[in-house]
Amino acid sequence: MQDVKEFRPKIVAFCCNWCSYAGADLAGSSRLSYPADVKIIRVPCSCRVNPLFILRAFQRGADGVIMAGCHPGDCHYTSGNYFARRRMTLLFSMLDYLGIERERTRVEWISAAEGAKFSKTMNEFVETVTALGENKRLEDLRCKK
Amino acid sequence: MQEMMQKRAVELLENGTVDRVLGWSVGDFPYDMTPAVFRSAAEVKDRFVYNDFCAANLSKYLVKECRAGGKILVFLKPCDTYSFNQLMAEHRIKREMIHVIGIECFGKADVDKLKDMGIEGITGISMKDGSYTVSTVYGDTTVKAADAMAERCLSCKSKKHMVYDELIGAEGEVVEDCNRFDMVEKLEAMTPDERYEFWRGELSRCIRCNACRNVCPACTCEKCIFDNPNSGVSQKAAVNSFEENMFHIIRAFHVAGRCTDCGECSRVCPQSIPLHLLNRKFIKDVNTFYGEYQAGEDPAAKPPLGKYEKNDIEPGEAGGANA
Amino acid sequence: MQRIGVFICHCGTNIAATVDVKAVAEALSHEPGVVFSTDYQYMCSESGQMIMREAIREHKLSGVVVCSCSPRMHEATFRKAAEKEGLNPYMVEIANIREQVSWIHKDMKEATEKAIILGRAAIAKVHLNKPLKAGESPVTKRALVIGGGIAGIQTALDIAEAGFEVDIVEKEPTIGGKMAQIDKTFPTLDCAACILTPKMVDVAQNEKIKIFSYSEVESVKGFVGNFKVAIRKKARYVDEDKCTGCGLCTEKCPQKKVPNAFNMNLDTRRAVYIPFAQAVPKVATIDADYCTMMKTGKCGICSKVCTAGAIDYKQTDVIVEREYGAIVAATGFNPLKPDKYNELGYATCQDVVTSLEFERLMNAAGPTAGTLLRPSDRTHPHTLVFVQCVGSRCDVENEKGKSYCSKICCMYTAKHAMLVREKYPDTEVYVFYIDVRTPGKNFDEFYRRAVEQYGVHYIKGQVGKVVEENGKLKVQASDLLSGEQLHIDADMVVLATAVEPDKSARSIATMLTASMDTNDFFTEAHAKLRPVESPTAGIFLSGVCQGPKDIPETVSQASAAAAKVIGLLAKDKLTCNPCVANSDEMLCNGCSSCEKVCPYGAITYSDKEFRGPNRTTLIRRVASVNEAVCQGCGACTVACPSGAMDLKGFSNRQIMAEVDAICKM
Repeated sequence: MQDVKEFRPKIVAFCCNWCSYAGADLAGSSRLSYPADVKIIRVPCSCRVNPLFILRAFQRGADGVIMAGCHPGDCHYTSGNYFARRRMTLLFSMLDYLGIERERTRVEWISAAEGAKFSKTMNEFVETVTALGENKRLEDLRCKK
Repeated sequence: MQEMMQKRAVELLENGTVDRVLGWSVGDFPYDMTPAVFRSAAEVKDRFVYNDFCAANLSKYLVKECRAGGKILVFLKPCDTYSFNQLMAEHRIKREMIHVIGIECFGKADVDKLKDMGIEGITGISMKDGSYTVSTVYGDTTVKAADAMAERCLSCKSKKHMVYDELIGAEGEVVEDCNRFDMVEKLEAMTPDERYEFWRGELSRCIRCNACRNVCPACTCEKCIFDNPNSGVSQKAAVNSFEENMFHIIRAFHVAGRCTDCGECSRVCPQSIPLHLLNRKFIKDVNTFYGEYQAGEDPAAKPPLGKYEKNDIEPGEAGGANA
Repeated sequence: MQRIGVFICHCGTNIAATVDVKAVAEALSHEPGVVFSTDYQYMCSESGQMIMREAIREHKLSGVVVCSCSPRMHEATFRKAAEKEGLNPYMVEIANIREQVSWIHKDMKEATEKAIILGRAAIAKVHLNKPLKAGESPVTKRALVIGGGIAGIQTALDIAEAGFEVDIVEKEPTIGGKMAQIDKTFPTLDCAACILTPKMVDVAQNEKIKIFSYSEVESVKGFVGNFKVAIRKKARYVDEDKCTGCGLCTEKCPQKKVPNAFNMNLDTRRAVYIPFAQAVPKVATIDADYCTMMKTGKCGICSKVCTAGAIDYKQTDVIVEREYGAIVAATGFNPLKPDKYNELGYATCQDVVTSLEFERLMNAAGPTAGTLLRPSDRTHPHTLVFVQCVGSRCDVENEKGKSYCSKICCMYTAKHAMLVREKYPDTEVYVFYIDVRTPGKNFDEFYRRAVEQYGVHYIKGQVGKVVEENGKLKVQASDLLSGEQLHIDADMVVLATAVEPDKSARSIATMLTASMDTNDFFTEAHAKLRPVESPTAGIFLSGVCQGPKDIPETVSQASAAAAKVIGLLAKDKLTCNPCVANSDEMLCNGCSSCEKVCPYGAITYSDKEFRGPNRTTLIRRVASVNEAVCQGCGACTVACPSGAMDLKGFSNRQIMAEVDAICKM
């Protein structure tokens, strides 16, 4: 018997401690909801996010990965998000080049004051990834039940 | 050419300028020219070979040679000098330990192409007036160079040496219009599904022999993360499609902005996977997004991933869900 | 294997109402390494912390996971509690199940599931945590205050009072800021200059305070306790040490047609000038854009009349390097320029002025020597219309204005109206408002006096149009209470323009790596609990640069910022963040990739001897991290291809363990 269930995507969100994680906190304290499919991993800065982590998330079953950091120019460490931006630009372009749906990855700059933006971004992203369905192109069947 | 190179190598060994010579010798087959270290004039006279099968980029071998001490003579084709500079920029080799002889290059032959033409029993090769004369156990055959030349040489980006102490042969020019991104553009023009199918077709052949990594002059890590059980991402073999993708994406990413486009990865791939197309994608992206950059051109230049502009393109504009 | 204790906080009902905390405790108790799992009403309370401490003791815990509110709230609390029990504080991880779960999800099943997953991720991370030890760094016992308005002045005075050195960097030739331009202050109507200038003198005379006037911050390097700041002293073409401030040059200068910015360009000054009589430092400045000598090389009168020999046409900008332990941003504000509001006629009618221009027109030291005259024909105005909320409280989409309330306009407009009526009883004064906002000690009483005692006509409504006709300003407005359209023939219209952060604030924030909100006001570390600190350690906020404020509020915030600075400078050493990068020499290629992305210059290289194969030794270039300088951003860890560079507390393995736990469902 097959269990037909509504598809719920798994989303990993890497958030920098200073802006976007605080933005998520503000979304929380403002009760601005977004789907429970989004799970946040706190990193000190967006520049800490290694492409390996993003691929790892897809391997382990994520359907979408989003990285959120301080707005360009506002990095707590001056320049971290500028480097992160270049890295992610190249990585996303490569994923796209390999035919992996570009909509599964996203970068957003969200400040500590932008709780509403955080919630809106996550709602949108979940919607996008839900529409795409399960990640098949970067999956590792060993990690799936 | 071979004689001039041998003569000079012998001279430099004998007058004590260098202690060792890094060049080529015949490997398992007469067309399989392998990098080799020569420690004496006798060895050079005896085994040193140079012909149009000598495709290997010798610069990477200098990492090891520099650690062995002494002074090393190396022969570098124009494209190899870019790798040399990149290794210099990354402090992997020591300039003062190396005597560089730049050698003229007209493009190397691809033995697989010759074999595909039905040429068998190959024993040697020489080039004259745009044609290769291939000697075989059955006699000589002449083919048009353009038909038998390696892909990377057909889209050669530079015939100019970025660095040398002396030159043998004439100095060439940077090739402005080398069309090396043609295939990348073709892939970009495809639909994502077509690209996915293309790359599945290519990467699924990967047997994870690591030849691409081992030959790559940018892959000189003391220990590769894929070999390091403590890295959390080590893989001995690609057991499924994910790991094939993972290995090649990360390898391309690790050499992004550092890859000089020497094309060794594709040359040595026993499965003929066009790996250079991954590297060229990054090179093209860097050029498009951050301005023209050629790794290995200027060892003092800041690499594109080691710098930024405040108004750099956003990831969403290049790929990803923000678009 | 770690021995992990898991503690689920109810946060009263904040978490427990949406998350089945018992189920979470039960589910997490089965995770590998978990030897104790419980839930409690308030983990952060004294008794909650005791539960944790007892568990650490009894179950010999080597790691702790608290599922509670954001780590930005109580991570430090729980780490301290663990430390008291002898557990390394960095063996504690927080799963944020309040802000990220209970407060945003309604469905209990879904919320509980997510809480369990976040708990698992934290447990997975703790398995890989290592005890970390924080280093120490020294504190430079000197503060920098950027901005010499009343905020900067008060902060500097308070810090100096505590015995620490302070530098003030002011981009104008004098300190004093906006308050120096104001005539009277609400709600007491005392003269601004009378209360400000003595403070300016105090600053000038205080041995601990050094003023860099006509100077700007060029670059900021370093971190809390150890900032290195380059200050650009702009060439003022007058030797500050020699100039006595006699003012003779400013009287003799033949170039008289320079718009006088201090008087809001309502009159002119000379090319060599002292902004106002009580300027500090009282030193002349040559305006190179207008000076005939500077432009043509002919004139030199100021140089001839200066008996002190202070004029130096060849002066150049000088960069001064100074070290500081703390930096205070006091960059202040500017009134919004209302020239985009065509309907209000500011750009076209001379007699439509802003409130700050009006201050100058009422000021005894102003262009009219305190007599209120229309700028157009210098006649006495009889009917004045004040328009409130010009550029404030706009729709977000309205690009002309600001979404916020500028806070001070209601009060200063009441002040203006009152002053006009008092000085000129023959005037009619109308104030158009959206709301009159008067929260403040004696503020509402002040406003009521304007209405009741001085007979100012307050009309709830907006001015739609101002046009000039035959020397009169035809004001068209709506009275929202009566529903009528009003037409007033006014002699002057005064616009209460919005407060906006000074333009220099943005670049200063970037240099300080202090965050700003969308309006370019500096963000405070916590809206309620840390209102004078920036989230960036060692950076403090004083005055309007943080948000609109009146003078008393600015002064109290300035003193609060000073108190925070004093608290910092009083320390001899600061505890460093132990979550810093470190390089595994065995893996390091010495390629310098990490060095190129390090914003702090914390990475250096050296040649080290390693054991090679077959009993040989080899010399390799390897990176090492200066832990006191590294701030732990992690940029280097991704630049490093070999994985030699890793970040303590956020290691590759730890983050990947979290990824795995989150994705494993």
